[in-house]
Formats: sequence, C-alpha cells, structure tokens
Amino acid sequence: MDLMWKHTFGWLSLWLVSVALTGCDGSSQRGEGGVKKVQLLNVSYDPTREFYQEFNESFAAHWKATKNEEVYVEQSHGGAGKQARAVMDGLEADVITLALGYDIDVIAERTKLLPLDWQSKFPKNSAPYSSTIVFLVRKGNPKGIKDWADLEKEGIEIITPNPKTSGGARWNYLAAWGAALAKELGGMEGIRKATPEQRAAADKKARAFIESIFRKVPVLDSGARGATNSFVQRQLGDVLLTWENEAFLALKESGGDQVEVVVPKLSILAEPPVAVVDEYAKKHGTQEIAKAYLEHLYSPQGQQLAAKHFFRPNSAELISTEQMAKFAEVELFQLKDIWGSWAEAQKVHFDDGGIFDQIYQPK
Amino acid sequence: MELTLHVSLGEGSCAKQPMSRKRSYSVLPGFGLTMGYTLTYLSLIVLIPLAALIVRAASMSLEQFWAAAFNPRVMASYRITFGTSLVAALVNSVFGFIVAWSLVRYRFVGRKLLDALIDLPFAIPTAVSGIALTAIYDRNGILGHTLFQWGIKSALSPLGICIALTFISLPFVVRTLQPALEEMDGESEEAAMCLGASRWETFRRVIFPALFPSLLTGFALAFARSLGEYGSVVFISGNLPMKTEITSLLIITKFEQHDHLGATAIAIVMLVASFAILMSINGLQWYLAKKFRG
Repeated sequence: MDLMWKHTFGWLSLWLVSVALTGCDGSSQRGEGGVKKVQLLNVSYDPTREFYQEFNESFAAHWKATKNEEVYVEQSHGGAGKQARAVMDGLEADVITLALGYDIDVIAERTKLLPLDWQSKFPKNSAPYSSTIVFLVRKGNPKGIKDWADLEKEGIEIITPNPKTSGGARWNYLAAWGAALAKELGGMEGIRKATPEQRAAADKKARAFIESIFRKVPVLDSGARGATNSFVQRQLGDVLLTWENEAFLALKESGGDQVEVVVPKLSILAEPPVAVVDEYAKKHGTQEIAKAYLEHLYSPQGQQLAAKHFFRPNSAELISTEQMAKFAEVELFQLKDIWGSWAEAQKVHFDDGGIFDQIYQPK
Repeated sequence: MELTLHVSLGEGSCAKQPMSRKRSYSVLPGFGLTMGYTLTYLSLIVLIPLAALIVRAASMSLEQFWAAAFNPRVMASYRITFGTSLVAALVNSVFGFIVAWSLVRYRFVGRKLLDALIDLPFAIPTAVSGIALTAIYDRNGILGHTLFQWGIKSALSPLGICIALTFISLPFVVRTLQPALEEMDGESEEAAMCLGASRWETFRRVIFPALFPSLLTGFALAFARSLGEYGSVVFISGNLPMKTEITSLLIITKFEQHDHLGATAIAIVMLVASFAILMSINGLQWYLAKKFRG
C-alpha cells in the first residue's frame, strides 16, 4: 500500500513538473510540419472583443501568407483601468489596445515597459480607429432624448459606467462636459475664443450639468460592457451613454426591436490608442510580429474590419461609401481643444478628490 | 464541510472529554511535528501574505494613511459594509436557527435534500449567486417587480446588499448550530418539563443558553463572511459612492485607478476591524460557554 502510494505520488509529481515546464514555455515553438508557431497577447478594453476576434483571424491569415508562421493571438478584455493595472502588475502583454492614452501613459511612466513617446510609434497618434459617444435609448425613444440637453429632463434614468475604472465612462463624462460648454459659449468656436472668466463661468454650468446626470444614475458598472448589460439585459434606465461601436453592437445583438441609437449633434472624438509593450515583446521575441499586428490595423483589411464592427476607420478612403453611411454626421471635438491633455483632464476630473468625487460628497 | 468538522470537533472535545495531556494517549504524531507543521502552514497561507500587506502600507506616512483610509467616501463604505453585514448576520441568526432546529429536531420527507441545499450558497460561485438574485430582485425581476411598485427597492440599494449577504452567509449559522443541536440529548428538557417549566421557559432557560455559544459562533462567521463578500454584491448593488458602494469594491476600484497604497490602507483597516470583531465575539463566546458549563 505504502509502495503503491509512493509510486502514484512519484508519477503525479513528475506529471506536474512536466506540465509546469511545458506550460511556462515561451511564446514560440515548432509545430507540426516545421511551421513556426507564435503566440501574442493583446490586452484590450471592454467593448473590443468582437472586433479583435475577427481581426485576429485576419491577421493570422495575413501572417501565414507572408511569413508562413502560425500565430495565435490571445485576448484579454475588461475595464481599461483594470487592464492597465494588470499589465503593470506583470500580465505580459505583447500589445495593448486600450480605451484612452492616459492609461498607457501611466504604464509607460511607472514601469518603463514602453517608451514615454509611445504615441509617436504608429501613424495618427497610434489611433488606427476612432469612435465617439452616443446614446442608446428604448425602442421608439419614449422619453424623447435627442441631444445632451435632454439628459437634464426630470424623471429619466441614465446608465453610464464608473469613470474611475472605465475608459468609456471617462469619454462619456468629458463628452457631456464639452457639450455643456459648447452650449454655454456658442459652439466649439466660442470655447476657443472664450476669456478665462467666461470659461470659468461655463465650467460651473457644465459641472452642474454633470451633477444632474449622475444624480440620475442608479448603478455604476465597472466597465462599458457591464453598463450595456444593465441597460439591455437588466432593462435599467432610459438612456445609455456609450461608445458608438458598443451602441451599434448592442442594437445588432438585441435584434433591433428593443433599443435604438440616438446620435447627438456634438460629441467627443474618442481615440483609443494602440502600442507594443516593448519590454515584454523583447522578452518573448515577438517585437516584429507585435509591430506587424498593430500595423495590420491600418491596412485595408484592418480598417474594413474596424468599420464592420462600428469603429470609425481613420482612413475613410479605404472604406466603401455604403459602409461609411452608417456613421452619422456629428460634429466632433477633441479632448485637447478643451483640456489640453489627458493628464490634465484626469487630474481635474477623475483623480481622487477630483470633480467626479466631489459630485458624490454630501453637501 | 471542513468548517462543520472543525466546529463540531471544537465544541465536542471541549464539552465532553476532559483534556488529556498524557503523551501516551496521543493519536497523532508528536506535538513537535504537528505544531511545526501547523506554524509553517499558517505562516505560508495566512500570516506571510497579511504581513506583506502591512509592509506595503509601511511606506505611507501616517497622514497619507489617514487620508486614504478614513476619507468620507471610505467611511461611508465602511458603514454600508458593516451595517449590511450586521443585518445579514442577525437575520440569519434568527432564521438560520429555525432552519437548523427543523432539520435536526423533526423528521420529514425531503429533509436530506433540504439539508443538502443549505450548502449551495457555499458551493456556487458568488457571481452565480449575484446573477440569480438579480434575476429575482431586480426592478424587472419576478419579486422585484412587485416590490418596486410598492416603493421597496430590492436591488440597487442597501436592502439589495443585505439580501445578497443573507443568501451567502446562511450556511454558516445553520452548519454551526446543527452539531450543537444534535448534541442535546433532550434529558434536561424533559427534566425541565417535569419540574413544571412551560414550553417557553424550557426553551428560554434550558435550550437557548446551551445553544447560544454556537449561535454566536455562527453569527460571527456569517458576519465575517459578509464583510469580505464581493462577487454577488456588485451585481445587485448600485455601486454608487457614498450610497451603495461596499468596501471590497472600493479596494478594487482603487487598484484599478493605480492607487495601490490607497487600496492597501483600506485593506488594513478591514483586516484590523475584522480581526477585532472576531476576537471579541470569540472572547464573549468563550466566556459564556465557561459560565454556562461551569
């Protein structure tokens, strides 16, 4: 009995060791028939999973055709803040495709995993696609929500995730703030020309607008997908503030008879950037393929797939006019027009003790 | 299961057999070996990770720690967490008692099945509990629909948090009480009856005091379990700062904001508070057990 147990134990430990060894093995190995197999990890934010699923297949085919290597891309999704933290804590992503530049800035500053000027490594500020913030409402728009000002109506409930953890929620918040400023100061032109005093007065109004929005929020989810679920599955709220791509996806998934998309006249240009995590890519020997992976996002296939998944492609000329037609005309303002930089916006609004925190403090 | 075993062993051995200190009676390998194993194991699994938490916080100044751990938003989350946990533990102390009583004292069809069901909140992932509870208590849920019409917000409110915590902590009270109930032989009850006590008096003066230490343990375990719950609560709670944000969620939010130190400071407060509460309840239980039996 004793002997048998020892044997079992011996085999078990041997098996564990071998599993551990093969499991820890690096990201490239020879597969059958001498084709080199490569693995990439793409750490992304919440509502990109469907897009990257299809994009990864496209890239794998492209890589097989050009280099005769098999590539398997693993994806990880969640609220942008959580994802950035995971990378900082050692999730060895070869590439990161997050919701906003600030989260990648933080990784670069605190861990030196990638250079501080990461945003200059790829065209168009490393943003291969963009999006904006729109409204998703119940079918027939029973509460008549057409533009930002309608969010102030009494008796409606608004769903938006927590800006502390969700990149999309930060875009929602800033889009609403910008819209309020534009209303006060007479459009984007007015914001540019405003004197500091005028701007300060308008900021005060904008803050009141944001406060009235968050008073109507019954639940703060940690990421954009969670908020979509609250709105569509749990049937909470009258309007969901969300990414354009997420709104269209929710519309498609729900079969089009439950919700509809409402595009406001003015919204923010949201540019989710991409970057190679140099240190991890170096470690895995995947620098070349990681770069090629992100470059593929700018290729005609990449841009078409982005458009298919309702991201606004950055090279509209690569996309057919019918495909472009689904993106509604909307005046888009840029974050830097109003706040200068993400770091500034983050500090004023979302850091601890910032305006978002003050909204929830009892008066 | 482990818990049941632990509790019944603890109760039983204290109550029945006088502690034997003679070496020859020991069934397990010698004291040195078991104690060494116990210390190593506890250190690896419990003490070292907790120490790491404190080491991490040591890099903060006292002001920083104070600002991170006791600002109004965090204080509100403590109130919500401890308040709802207390409610859940109290509710379970009453209804868990009744459940344990019925399961031990009566024989009925389906008793075994019911008994097995008690463990479900232990076994299923908390996210599953969250989804299940949301399906029922949400505004469009089967029960929530009616409750919301009456103006009772059974989800997205502190009440929702209480519901989730009551659900997940029920087994702790029931499983702690069961062995103690089974241990009661009924003789003292009969004696009380024979001596002319009414049913209520028998319960109040004979049965309840004997069960009270176990009930207190069950209460403490349910309370402690509720303090740490995260998975099921975030589904049913609105997660709004100052209103329905529990401390575990706040810790995770801090982490996602890259504020590791802030998260650590809150975690330490929770650690110390939980430890203090468990210690005082254990002390009280020990005192009562001694008083009752001695």
